[in-house]
This record gives sequence, C-alpha cells and structure tokens, in this order.
Amino acid sequence: MRNLLGTLLIGLTLGSVYSLMALALVLVWRSTRVVNFAQAGQAIVTTYIAYEIVTRTGVFWLAVLFAVAAGALIGAGVEYFLMRTLFRHVDEGPVAALAPVIATLGLLGVIRSIVGMIWGNDFRSFYSPVSTDNFVLAGETIPFSRLNLLIILATVVVMIIFSIIFQRTDLGLSLRAAAFQPEIARLAGIRVGPIRTLGWVFAGVAGAIAGVLVTPTTILSPNSLDLLLVFGFVAAVIGGLESLPGAVLGGLVLGLGVSIVLNYVGTSLVFPSIFVVLIISLIVRPNGLLGNKKVRSA
Amino acid sequence: MSSLVVSNLTVSHGAIRALRDISFEVQEGELTAIIGANGAGKTTLLRTLSGLKDAESGTATWRDRNILGKRPEDLVRRGISHVSEGKSVIPELTVRENLVIGGLWRRDKSGTERAIKEAVELFPRLGERMSQSANTLSGGERQMLAIGRALVSRPRLLLLDEPSLGLAPLIIEQIFAAIKNLQKSMNLTVVLVEQNANSALEIADTGVILNLGELVASGNAGELLEDPALKSAYLGY
Amino acid sequence: MHKLSTKKALIAFVIFGWILVIVADRVDELRVYQGATIAITTLSIASIILLTGYSGQVSLGHGAFLAFGAYAAALAQTYWQSPFWFTLLVAVMVSAAFGFILGFAAGRLSGPYLAGTTLALAVGLPTLANQFSFLGGETGLVYDAGLPPARFGEEFTLYKWFFWIAVFVVLIAMFLLRNLLNSRFGRTWKSLRANPTAAALCGVNVAQSKVMAFTISAGVAGLSGALLGMISIVAPSAFPLSLSFTIITGAILAGVTSLLGSMLGAVVLVVIPEIADVISHQLGDSEKVVTNLPGFIISVLLILTVLFSPNGPAEAMRKRREQHAKH
Repeated sequence: MRNLLGTLLIGLTLGSVYSLMALALVLVWRSTRVVNFAQAGQAIVTTYIAYEIVTRTGVFWLAVLFAVAAGALIGAGVEYFLMRTLFRHVDEGPVAALAPVIATLGLLGVIRSIVGMIWGNDFRSFYSPVSTDNFVLAGETIPFSRLNLLIILATVVVMIIFSIIFQRTDLGLSLRAAAFQPEIARLAGIRVGPIRTLGWVFAGVAGAIAGVLVTPTTILSPNSLDLLLVFGFVAAVIGGLESLPGAVLGGLVLGLGVSIVLNYVGTSLVFPSIFVVLIISLIVRPNGLLGNKKVRSA
Repeated sequence: MSSLVVSNLTVSHGAIRALRDISFEVQEGELTAIIGANGAGKTTLLRTLSGLKDAESGTATWRDRNILGKRPEDLVRRGISHVSEGKSVIPELTVRENLVIGGLWRRDKSGTERAIKEAVELFPRLGERMSQSANTLSGGERQMLAIGRALVSRPRLLLLDEPSLGLAPLIIEQIFAAIKNLQKSMNLTVVLVEQNANSALEIADTGVILNLGELVASGNAGELLEDPALKSAYLGY
Repeated sequence: MHKLSTKKALIAFVIFGWILVIVADRVDELRVYQGATIAITTLSIASIILLTGYSGQVSLGHGAFLAFGAYAAALAQTYWQSPFWFTLLVAVMVSAAFGFILGFAAGRLSGPYLAGTTLALAVGLPTLANQFSFLGGETGLVYDAGLPPARFGEEFTLYKWFFWIAVFVVLIAMFLLRNLLNSRFGRTWKSLRANPTAAALCGVNVAQSKVMAFTISAGVAGLSGALLGMISIVAPSAFPLSLSFTIITGAILAGVTSLLGSMLGAVVLVVIPEIADVISHQLGDSEKVVTNLPGFIISVLLILTVLFSPNGPAEAMRKRREQHAKH
C-alpha cells in the first residue's frame, strides 16, 4: 500500500514535469508545425540564469521570474530570427519538410555549446527551494518530499493559467484559430505572424518552468535537460501533438508508467519501456489519446 | 462609381499561367458572378484579390486604392472579406467561436455581438448550434457559418468562392437567396465565383466568364444568360 | 546529369580504393584511424541518405540500427566464434530485420510521429545492455577483426589493418548501393519522395517501397555499426543519442540527395574537430572552449546549410550547372 502510494506520487511528480515540456512542444507544433528540439536548449539557458540568481541571492522565486522572462524572450527570438528566415528560404526539395526539425537540432547544438563555453560542462547542483526530505506518514516514510509537492502544485497552477488564457480570452481564441487553420484565421483578420511568435513565447515560458522545477531533483549541466525533452516529446506524441489537454494527459500517463517501471521492474528498463509505451499508444490510438477531432478542439 | 477595378491582371502558379490579362469592373452595391469551368482561374482570381496570392502583373484597386500584394488580414480591415473554397470554417472551434474570430480585429466586443446577432438572424440554424463544435455541422450549415463569419467582419466587398459546392439543390437555393438578400439589404458589393452558371447569373447583376485563364465575356448577367454562343460553349446547356 | 556506366564506376571505385591504401601507407597512425572513421561514417550517412533523401522518411534514431548491427556482430563472434566476414553479414541481416519491423510501423506513422518513435528507440535501446547479462552491461562485448596477417610484416599496424578492412567493406557496400539507387528501386523511391500520390497512381506500391527503403537503410546502418564496433568498442556508450544526431548532421551537410556527398559529410564531421582544435589553441586553450568549439562549429554549419542550401551543396551545384546549361 505504502509502495503503491509512493509510486503514484512519484509518477505524478514526473508526469507534471513531462507535461510542462510536452505542453511547450505542442504549443510550438500548433503554431508553426515544427517539433522544436531546441526547447531543451532554450530551457537549459533559462535554468542556468535561474541558477546564477539563486546562487547569488538565494531567492528562488526571483530566479523563477527571471527564467520565465528569459524563456519568453528566447522563444520570441528563435521564432522571429530563425524560423521566419527558414520559412522564407526553404520551400521546396526533399528536405523542406525536414528542414525546420534539422534547424532546431542545430540550434540545440549551438545553444548547448555556448552554454558549455560560458559555464563549463561540469555538473552543478541547483539547491532546492524547499526540503527534499521524504514525508513521514503514520510512522512510515513515503518517497515523496516537499519539493515533489511543489513541482506538482506549480504545474497545476501553470496549467490553470494556460487553460484560462486559451479558453477564455480573445488572445487564446486567436492562438487556436491560427493553429488549426492559419489561412482562414488570416481571412478573418487575425494577424497570424505575431500570433505565431506568441505561441513560441508561451512555449518558452512552459519550458523554462519545467527546467527550474526539474533541475533541483537532479543536476545541472549543458545536456541535463535532453532526457526531459525526449520524455516531453514522447508525452506530446502520446497525447496527439495537437491537443493541450492531450499533452498533459500524455505526460501523466508517461510519468505513471515510468514510475511503475522504476518501482516494480528496474531502473535499467525505464528507457526501453518508454519506447514500448509509445508504440502501444500509437497502435491503440494512432492520432494520440485525444487525437480525434471532436476532443481536439481544446 | 466603380468600386472594384481589375485591369490586365496576370497570375501564375510557378511556370503555369493561371490568369492572363484579365480586366473587369464591379460597381458599388453590385453582385458580379464569375463563371467558368474547373481550371478557368476563378479561385486564383479571388485568392489574388483577397491577398492570399501574389500577382505577376496588372493592377487591382478597391475604392481607388491598390489591393495587390497586401496581406489578407490588412484587406479585411479595409472591408474585403473572402469566404474561401470548401466551407471555410475551423472545425476545431465552436460555431460561436468561428463567428467571433471574424470580429476580433475590431476590438469592439459589443459591435461584434451585434454583428453575430445579425448573422444569426440571416441564418437562424446557426443560432441553434452556437456552442456545438463546427465539426458537427452539415455542409450547408458550414457554408452558412463561413458566410456568417465573413459578415461579422462587417465587409463592404464580399468575395465568395463556390458556396454551392457539394450542397443539395434546396440548400443552394437558400444560400443564394441569402446572398441576394445581403446585397440588397446592406448594399454590399459581392463577387461570387461559381461553376453553377445558371443559378449564379440569375441572381447576379453582371457576369464575367473565364476560360482557361482568359476572360471570354463580361457584361450584364441577363444578356450573358441569353447569348446563344456563350450558352453552348461555356454555360453548358 | 552525366552518369558513369556500371563498369566504369567499378573501375573508379577500385582506383579510389587503391589511392586510399597508398596514402594510408604514408601518413601517421592518427590519420589512418581518422581515415577509417571517415569510411565508416560515410556508410552510416549513406544509410540516412537512402532513407531520407530517397524515400522521404525521417529517422532521428539511426544510431539504434548501428547498435543492432554492432551487437549482432559481436554476439556472433563471442558465442558462435564466427569468422569476421560472417559477423558483418550477421550485422546486416539482424539490423535489416529490425528495420523491416520498424519500417512497418513507420509506414503508418507520419512525420513527427515517426521522428518521435525512432528517437525513443535510440534513447531506449542502449540501456537494454544492462538488463541482459549476455549483452555485457556497461563494459560491453569484445569484438575485433583479429590481427593483420603475418605476411604484411611487422610494420603493418593494427589501425592500418582496421583501415584496410573498413575501406574495403565500405567501398563494396557503396558500390552496391550506387547500383541499387540507379536501378528501378532507386527511381521508385525518388518518385515517392517527389510525389507519393502520383507515384501511387502510377502503380507504385507506396507502403512496400517505404518498408523496403527502411529495411535496406537499417541493414547498411548495421554494417557501419559493426565496423564502428571494430575500431572502438561494442558498448552502450558507443551508441549515444548524439551519434544519431551526428549522422543526420553529416547527411544534411552532405546534401541528402547525393550518395557521393556522404563522403563529403563524413570528412567534414572528422575534420571540423581538428580545425576547432587549432582555433581553440589560438584562443588560449581554455578547457571550456576546447570541448565545446567543435560542436558549436558543426551546429552553426548545420543551421547555415539548412537555411541557405537545404538540399546540400551537391544539389546546389547541380542546380547551378543546370541553369548554366539552360542559358
């Protein structure tokens, strides 16, 4: 029983972080039809910025604030300078469909090597803002700490804010219209260009938050978020790539799956099991958990 | 007064010339039907006028100002609304949201609400389905929604691309009646692209006949309908 | 474009191989090792060119197929004591078999889903080595090509022997690939890439052709993986995710539409770190710069290539020639 509770809670924690990264990838995918591998790089920059602020001031919330602002700025910059140039230049040939993905892979490499040149490639530890001691419930320790609780709560808050923006505001409506049918959105008078940039801004914010939340549980290095990117991507694919609730659901499913494998099977099968989870979900729901059109609307 | 003036317009898709040297004029408040078979260049013409496609040469003005090479979102602000081919609605949004997006650019909530109300008065069936996903609508309802969305933008020039495509005759009649009604009641200038030559020319004031990218004839809709040479060659009966 | 006949191409391949062997006799060990790396990388890039450039499919995890090949070859050597040439064959067959399976899944997946699946495969696969003891865990398996024959003399080093084997195997494989791509299959794939619908209407079995491309590409990747295992090790650390990305980078730099370009891509991948080394010495040898400059240069090159010559320098040159011919 205690084991099961622990597994669920850890799954929820992992799932929260995966959801945030998946959300970032889905936001970019919806706005520009690009799988943004540089998201891991963008988030690593913001996490290093947060790290600098935390080590200097010791104020975690200030660090989060700066990370979020930097994430937004970097997201806008990548869309404006790289993606727009790319779409102006590349419109035909066998690579056209692949070019954006390759460009983001290249950007990931560039960002990572610049981060390495500035901060070095050695591992650093990012101090947790709250205690990482496990909770004790009725005399028994559960593998769940205040930090895990913080991760879950912060993710829930972010998700609520995002869903209000997307479902309740004109801006959100513009974002959704431009994502699904850019041409009709333009004919309706929506300025799709800035709206796209905004999609990247929101993605940058989600990625930045994922980075600062997950790093206190592990270590910080120029590639330390690569795995989060892979998990986030798989979660997004499980959720159907188009759907924001799908991304969240995909993240939770993956998080629980990983947690179950960790607790009951063994550490070395975690990565292979991701592949299995992905294959199964693609066979059962080829367009993702929420991939059918009816539910895709949100 | 001519409000839409197209002269010597040439448009290409890569190496293929879709429109060659097209010239015609549409008067304020008039309904003009653009008739032609598949591949005549009708859709290309509308897409060029609404800013979705670039022209190669020639000019086009709306109320004496150039409209070529402008972005569609800017032309909407100048009163040009385009309902593109194939029921241009966003199936992932609700009916209401599809209408609202037409008015977002005006940043005038109450104005948009009024415009939505008017669109629903014109197409009452939309009113019953406001909170449904547009995906659940029938073909005819989608066409109504697409026109309704364009109306929420408060256009002065309405560009309609084959509103009859794939619809049952009874529905086509309703939609054409609604278009005529709009033109009269709001003094709207309408350019209607149609393969359905007869029905379109019947409600139109003037007509333009295209064939393989070239203008074959233009003039009074009634006269075009009666012209025996045109009848056999292009109007298909 | 002017195409060599098969016979002339064969002669060209043989002469090229001969030149390489002569050159290898006159340079130092490090260069010989780099030469072998270039040959092997050429082959792995060719497998991506076959898949992406010819059949229009994406794989972000081709490193996994290199690993399949390397482990299959090493297992065949360890447990069956197979002769070396046979282990290479095993590498091709096993990797192709996995490619066949994944190719079936790939046929049903569109762009990003396929990218995600192959990516997850590349991430997941290496850790399997720790799960099954016969795969040798982190230390991996022993796999080697044996010592060079005694009659080559004392002077003939192990690396030179590796180089000979790598060049020999890669040249044969590239020659076969060249013929394959100039055959009916190659033309079918090209038509698929250009316009799947039109190809289907012309009677091309789209699904079958795609599975076929995936299978052959995986087989080629498996072969290059076995060779890579020969010059380095067969262990999880030899097949990280970055390997998959490196191969794609090479393919893009080379221009995914030309098999010949794969060599160019491989040379660039091996030469850039050398150049970076020189530059970082100029910059004062900071450790942070030394380790990160090669990655930086390669990534910048990758972005510039995608922006300004997305179909690769080879394709760009071909276009320019065609334009010249027109005027």
